[in-house]
Amino acid sequence: MTLMKRIGNLIGTEIIGPGLAFVAVILFFGLAAPRFLSSATFGSVAFQLPELGLLTLAMLLPILTGGLNLAITFTANIAGLTVAWVLKSHGGVDASPLVFAVGCFLAIAVGGLSGTVMGLVIAYTRAHPILVSLSMMIFLRGLGEFLTRGGDISGFPSFIQPIGHGSVFGMPIPLLIFIACVLVWHVLLTRLKLGFNIYMIGSNIEAARYSGVNTRKALILVYTLSGAMCAVAGIIMMARFNSVRVGHGESYLLITVLACFLGGVNPFGGFGRVVPVFVALVVLQLLSSGLNLMGANQHLATAVWGILLLGVMIMRWLIAWLTLSNTHKG
Amino acid sequence: MRKLFHTHATEIALLAIIVLIGTVLSFATDRFFSLGNAFDLLNTSSVNIIFAVGLLVVLISGGIDISFAVAASVVQYLAALLLEKIGGGGWVSGLIVAGGLGICLGAINAFLIHRFRIISIVATIATFNIYFGLLMFFTRGVSIYDLPDWLTERVVLFEREAADGSWAEITLPVLIMAVCVATTWALITRTTIGRQLYAFGDNPEGARRFGINVGAMHFIAFGWLGLMAGIGGLVQAHYAQEVVPNALYGRELDVLAAVVLGGARLGGGKGTVLGCVLGVLLVSITQNGLNLMNVSPFAFKMVIGATILAAITVSSVRLEKLLPFMRSPGERA
Repeated sequence: MTLMKRIGNLIGTEIIGPGLAFVAVILFFGLAAPRFLSSATFGSVAFQLPELGLLTLAMLLPILTGGLNLAITFTANIAGLTVAWVLKSHGGVDASPLVFAVGCFLAIAVGGLSGTVMGLVIAYTRAHPILVSLSMMIFLRGLGEFLTRGGDISGFPSFIQPIGHGSVFGMPIPLLIFIACVLVWHVLLTRLKLGFNIYMIGSNIEAARYSGVNTRKALILVYTLSGAMCAVAGIIMMARFNSVRVGHGESYLLITVLACFLGGVNPFGGFGRVVPVFVALVVLQLLSSGLNLMGANQHLATAVWGILLLGVMIMRWLIAWLTLSNTHKG
Repeated sequence: MRKLFHTHATEIALLAIIVLIGTVLSFATDRFFSLGNAFDLLNTSSVNIIFAVGLLVVLISGGIDISFAVAASVVQYLAALLLEKIGGGGWVSGLIVAGGLGICLGAINAFLIHRFRIISIVATIATFNIYFGLLMFFTRGVSIYDLPDWLTERVVLFEREAADGSWAEITLPVLIMAVCVATTWALITRTTIGRQLYAFGDNPEGARRFGINVGAMHFIAFGWLGLMAGIGGLVQAHYAQEVVPNALYGRELDVLAAVVLGGARLGGGKGTVLGCVLGVLLVSITQNGLNLMNVSPFAFKMVIGATILAAITVSSVRLEKLLPFMRSPGERA
């Protein structure tokens, strides 16, 4: 019992929605498409999950503080461009791993910087995060298109490819990186002071400020970390496509918000955990793989994702309504 | 005068920024300060202004809508097919069909939000994905070029030849835009429903206890945006002379940025039609100016993003802080 309680505390009640959806998806496609429960499906999910997943992690922290970061996809593109630029200017195809490491470091710094700028504006002017990140998104898209003239950049050293396609002990490398990032976010939110402050700010920023939380510093850190996580996503995307183009992954933007809400994160901030969001992401990928197996395309999968979100929300409303009417009777 | 500064701080700040940019552009290019260019600006911003005043009503009522631009695409496509079925139609039947379809799509959002208590951003992100996914699935991304003649024919309402021989024209979209702006203004400032929308957006629970019909507020706000989205969709099809299913994808965020820039508060209860129109115009004037100054089109968005970011920073610093003498007596700093 205590073990169950501890597990319950670890993942929270938000898991119910995505958890049930997970079971439903497995059952439905397991019965409808015989080839669904195979290692091929799980392989494709494992390789597709990290891009969307890392961007969702980047979206999660701002949402928990009651904001949004709409610049995530283009921050990832700009970070990818940074790596590409470092590699191109130091040997192109023959660039050494050290150059790549420097490029990654710079990319994370660039991603973090774009986040810091947003954080500064949000923390000091109290402008709404949607507006600030939106203008940052328009700016970064413009910057990227200006630098690349809308084209692709490719021709990277071959040792980068395993980061996008390789496996270690049967586990895809991008998935390992993603899981590591999930753990970092989980520890940050449950064990560190910043995590606690994030929840406080999301619940009531004024109350948090009066209790002595440095809300400005926390907000700036949140957006900086979000930008840095985008950079990780950008590097993975670069390795997967073996090219960088501004606009890669653009359609993920609102899907990451959808994944957070599906994972039980409160849209006004203050409540939400990493693990249910992770489960929600797996459900989304399983859905699109399953629909693919049945011959549908990604557009239908997008529509089904929307229906799934509505379904989970209506189910939550039903549960709340039923418990309310029960307590009224008793 | 002092009162005006207090109640319309955002609009005045925006107007000042627009005048500043306009003055710079008038000196930097010889084409900016001309009747032709002003009319061009109006013609090209019409669709965005129609969307913007619709979104304004939803923002005032305390909601947000991500799905309207995609809904407009759905309306365009359905309206084109329907009008073909009924044998062509005309502007009147076209606007009625498009507006009606738009209201239906808006009502779906309102129903989800009101009946199941889903927060508007969650509900509209879901419907955004559903509308767009289904539209692309059923149309397979195929565009419609074969539109009825009345829809593709340019309607010039007013034209004047300038000294250099170029024509300054006002086209039908501007008239439709003006009607939409005027009716929205009348709705939110001159009717009881408008007052109720502001009250509901500012404090939903207070408004409910006061006897305001909460469900009606949701349906009116999202229905109005749906109507505007439908009309805007038809006008965009007229302007572009084609229906491309993903043409308006991503437009929702541009319009949202412009409306919030114009002083509408995310969270409800605040926002004016004037501010919203100025917000859209600021973005289009910046783009227009860059175009005239022969800046590379690739750099447009970069400058526009930076402009909005700067405008937020400037307009969020409270005007009273910059001008201490404007502060009314007894007010806290």
